[in-house]
Amino acid sequence: MKPDQLLVGRKLGVTVGGRQLLRNIDLQLNRRQILTIIGPNGAGKTTLVRLALGLLQPTEGTVTRASGLKVGYMPQRLNLPENMPLTVRRFMMLTSPDPVRLEADAREVGVAHLLQRPMQGLSGGETQRVLLARALLGEPDLLVLDEPVQGIDVNGQSELYRLIVRLRDQRGCAVMMVSHDLHLVMAATDEVLCINQHLCCSGHPDAVSQHPAYLDLFGAIDAKTLAVYTHHHDHKHNLHGDVVGNDGGHHHG
Amino acid sequence: MDDFLLRALAAGLGLTLISGPLGVFVVWLRMAYFGDTLAHSALLGIALGLLLEVDLQLSVLVLAVLIAVALLGLQRRSGLATDTLLGILAHGALAIGLVAISFRDDVRVDLLAYLFGDILAVGTRDVLWIWGGALLSLSALMRIWRPLLNLSVHAELAAVDGVRVARIKLAFMLLVALVIAVAMKLVGVLLITALLIIPAAAAQRFSRSPEQMALFATLIGAAAVVAGLLASLWLDTPAGPSIVTAATLLFLLGQLHRRH
Repeated sequence: MKPDQLLVGRKLGVTVGGRQLLRNIDLQLNRRQILTIIGPNGAGKTTLVRLALGLLQPTEGTVTRASGLKVGYMPQRLNLPENMPLTVRRFMMLTSPDPVRLEADAREVGVAHLLQRPMQGLSGGETQRVLLARALLGEPDLLVLDEPVQGIDVNGQSELYRLIVRLRDQRGCAVMMVSHDLHLVMAATDEVLCINQHLCCSGHPDAVSQHPAYLDLFGAIDAKTLAVYTHHHDHKHNLHGDVVGNDGGHHHG
Repeated sequence: MDDFLLRALAAGLGLTLISGPLGVFVVWLRMAYFGDTLAHSALLGIALGLLLEVDLQLSVLVLAVLIAVALLGLQRRSGLATDTLLGILAHGALAIGLVAISFRDDVRVDLLAYLFGDILAVGTRDVLWIWGGALLSLSALMRIWRPLLNLSVHAELAAVDGVRVARIKLAFMLLVALVIAVAMKLVGVLLITALLIIPAAAAQRFSRSPEQMALFATLIGAAAVVAGLLASLWLDTPAGPSIVTAATLLFLLGQLHRRH
């Protein structure tokens, strides 16, 4: 492995109970790189994430991690036991008991005001941000985010993607994330891996969005409608979706 | 107060020391049926103990451990749902136990004592064993508290954080097996799971942290032991079921409390 590489997967394949979930996928992640995995439902995105995390062993191929690699993970869903009394602070403390860092990271992600609240009372978007704050706590070299923006409205989504880019810039961690929408994530990613059980195409987001394999999967129409429907704001939203310092509405072009 | 009652109190309180903290994890990990399965398999343990002429407590414990390990093995290999596997193990072990006992014509097993326990019959030596076992398993539980809590919240997050999930889970299951083997003598097969689950469920409403819930579960369990034994003395009711009845009443009473 080269010194710049954090994670290399070669010819990865996963077969579970006779069903092939992934085949022949090459994966490479460098320091400070943001890699987005996109693909339709059932494409094996989460399976690939679990391979990268070492939660699942590949049936074919190998995954190599840089030695001493610290990973922060944000799962797609958090099925907490309903009957466990757990505040946000305590939940985050399970990763790191350092209160100073905990509060700093909670502020950075915009969940400092939630620390005393019970985990089960959070909205979907709040839960996502708490999970992100927790993932940051171990000072990871690599953040693995499985559908980080689900349950968040479109404006909150681009805000969260901007935050992810900022975290990369400030902390120098690499990011591997899963999305099923290329358009919103485009500005936030260096490299895109489009998969549908096998590797369809990969590269710079602009190139992938024009790639025939990508258009086959997601359709050209989808790309066009989104391009026409540009949505300009004359105000900003913070991470909670509240309007910050505004005096006007929306203009649709 | 009579000596047998004091011994019963001491034994019951010793048990709640560990059944409270262990019970909250059984509730969080949705393992109530696992407790039931171990309790059911205890009959097979008794039968084997009688046939092999070894200490019954020991044979029950060994069998509970074997069932826990068998469950983990089957979970990995069989591809069947956990509740199905537990159903197979529970009823299979129970049936084999009954068949095995029938081979010994000279032995009459007191099924009622086995089902409901006989806390009033415990001797001083039993009390010492219970306290020793409870303190030992409590200190073991405290050692794995943080990783166990972490994996109860989210097993994969815990694994990424470096928790050895399979190992911690096995340790926890062995602790449950140990406590059930000990508790069987006191409250019997039918009521063991009740003592693990009801105080834990009752404690939830009053707790603001996982540790608080474990502490309150022990306190509620202790209150149930005292109330159940006194009721059993005054009303001449069977002791084990009286304890569980008291715990159930405490649980229902707690439901009236407004959650904060």
